[in-house]
Amino acid sequence: MNDRPVITSAMARSYKHGFITPIPSDTIQPGLDEKVIQWLSAKKQEPDFMLEWRLAAYWHWLGMTEPSWSSVRYPPIDYQAIRYYSAPRSANPNAVALKDVDPALLATYEKLGIPLDERLTLAGVAVDAVFDSVSVATTHQKKLAEMGILFCSMSEAIRNHGALVRRYLGSVVPPGDNFFAALNAAVFSDGSFCYIPPGVRCPMELSTYFRINAAGTGQFERTLIIADEYSQVSYLEGCSAPQRDRHQLHAAVVELIALEGAEIRYSTVQNWYPGDAEGRGGIYNFVTKRGECRGDHSHISWTQVETGSAITWKYPSVILRGAGSSGRFHSVALTNHHQQADTGTKMIHIGADTRSTILSKGISAGHGHNAYRGLVKVLAGATGARNHSQCDSLLLGEHGSAHTYPYIEVKNRTAQVEHEATTSRIDEDQLFYCRQRGLSNEEAVSLIVNGFCQEVLSELPMEFSVEARKLLAVSLEGSVG
Amino acid sequence: MNILELRNLHVTVMNKPILNGVDLSLKAGELHALMGPNGSGKSTLANVLAGRPECRVTAGQMLYRERDLWPISPEERAREGIFLGFQNPVEIPGVSNLRLLKEAYNAQRRHHRQPELDAVAFRAHLRDRTAQLGLPEEWLLRPVNAGFSGGEKKRNELLQLMLLEPRLAILDEIDSGLDIDALTLVAEGINALRSTERSMLLITHYPRLLDQVPPDRVHVLMGGRVMLSGGMELARKLEQQGYGWLEEMVT
Repeated sequence: MNDRPVITSAMARSYKHGFITPIPSDTIQPGLDEKVIQWLSAKKQEPDFMLEWRLAAYWHWLGMTEPSWSSVRYPPIDYQAIRYYSAPRSANPNAVALKDVDPALLATYEKLGIPLDERLTLAGVAVDAVFDSVSVATTHQKKLAEMGILFCSMSEAIRNHGALVRRYLGSVVPPGDNFFAALNAAVFSDGSFCYIPPGVRCPMELSTYFRINAAGTGQFERTLIIADEYSQVSYLEGCSAPQRDRHQLHAAVVELIALEGAEIRYSTVQNWYPGDAEGRGGIYNFVTKRGECRGDHSHISWTQVETGSAITWKYPSVILRGAGSSGRFHSVALTNHHQQADTGTKMIHIGADTRSTILSKGISAGHGHNAYRGLVKVLAGATGARNHSQCDSLLLGEHGSAHTYPYIEVKNRTAQVEHEATTSRIDEDQLFYCRQRGLSNEEAVSLIVNGFCQEVLSELPMEFSVEARKLLAVSLEGSVG
Repeated sequence: MNILELRNLHVTVMNKPILNGVDLSLKAGELHALMGPNGSGKSTLANVLAGRPECRVTAGQMLYRERDLWPISPEERAREGIFLGFQNPVEIPGVSNLRLLKEAYNAQRRHHRQPELDAVAFRAHLRDRTAQLGLPEEWLLRPVNAGFSGGEKKRNELLQLMLLEPRLAILDEIDSGLDIDALTLVAEGINALRSTERSMLLITHYPRLLDQVPPDRVHVLMGGRVMLSGGMELARKLEQQGYGWLEEMVT
């Protein structure tokens, strides 16, 4: 017997979703030019306006340089070495029933704990399953459609709900917003689309599960959520990828639009492959997420639990345009081994009496690098704006680092902005107390870290907060000597 | 059999000698009181028995049920039945009492190869004990010791003691900061836990607890050694005369 299975199983202990689905796929050659974009747009049977939109973004991107202001470090990315499209050959863009979906794909999601059979799904959760570059199934569409809720893959939305897409796509994150957003606009292959009509409270949690499977590909998905006047929706995203010793790029864009009186809650449990203990492999998670409270008294909240990825680089933000609108950002970012995170939020107060709350919990173990970066900007018209920010960092061990970069710009005298920050090491007295009660060192650390994150975890829908707790425990493995 | 036997125990904390040859033995079912002036090493003794990493044994022996404790990890000592009631229990924000209690209880069950209790069974198991201590059930959902008064923290320690049913309980000033009513509750709790199977070491400054929980023996720790041992009359004499006369006796 060789020793390979032993090594694999030792690695799999910490990353349970690292398997590969052996499935024939259509994958294009590496590289990016206009032809690739034309091919992609044609493959997806897109209307002309989309191709023009993509090409404009591509030309813009060509003139941009990759940003270097963040605190994360990685070798240069060769954008011509990436494959911009890979889809299971069996993926059926016209699949309406689950029986039309390849059983191998269904089995993959089942193994990830996301059964797509509607009889088996978590009660009250509808799922859009994205596999590499395409959506392979969306559950509960029929039931939602009865209420006028549109929930489908982005590709389907472009084909069937062109007017809505045309009106809102890029209206919060314009194609030229930043380097990665421009790249995404040019090459995005799928993602989820959701529209809640006026006055409707979405009866289920909507969710997307992103799975990267193919090697050497990038995943560029785009999510667009529109909550029309006085509607409500709660949305979740989860993700995972196989264990590979090469880095893979995931550059997504998420746009949220809340019209008057609408409420959007967006939760992320991010579990991309983080790389191994020496920092080999793992996903570069470079994502632009932004919501706009476009109408008065609208509300957007971001809750994220970031435990995966070699590098996490993103700032889910809220533009508070409507009067009396409010935004929240709740975040847990855990970096272990050689993981890096530079994450936080931007709260842009434009309307009067706008409110924002920021609660960030960073945990740095091993050689992890963890930075909170946030901007609170109050424009001249935002009379009576208020913000409260709290950023706490917890260090485990001697080699990790924690940084806080808060930026505050206030142009209105009536605004109130508060910022609190703490950095602490894990408390030896707490550890000893737990061990004296019979918990191992590892169990004690996990319990204390869970407590540290409690306020954020309690924002997640029930089933997902259980999942997030488990994930935190697993991600801390090997962090204590 | 001696549950605990200390022979010429020397302990340093951050290289500073604190215990300088402690001899003490405790039989099954006995309750001993340990008294002594501030800084005499009482808490260090409690901590070294529980395995606090800063406490280093430099000479002598500490035997628990005839096993050398020194190489054993704090968690294993706990699972084997050593319980320390802390003088200043720490706060653990965001972790509910219920969660810590359940994890502690199940860690012990696993250690003894017993099936773990699930959330429902565990809660039922706890209910009697919280009632006995006059603790409301919502108490269980509060974060461990966060925002608790001194008295509440001590009652929480006692709740853990009742749940974990240790073989050796070391209670470090469980009576400090308690009003008379709370003291009576704590004393009743301790008395209820006395059994031929369990030994206890009560660290205290005041005989008022010992009036309600009569000890089998009273020891006085001074300068890192047991200076004198006796019965309840020793505790009373210390209350009336302080430790001065002992110091004179030594010099």
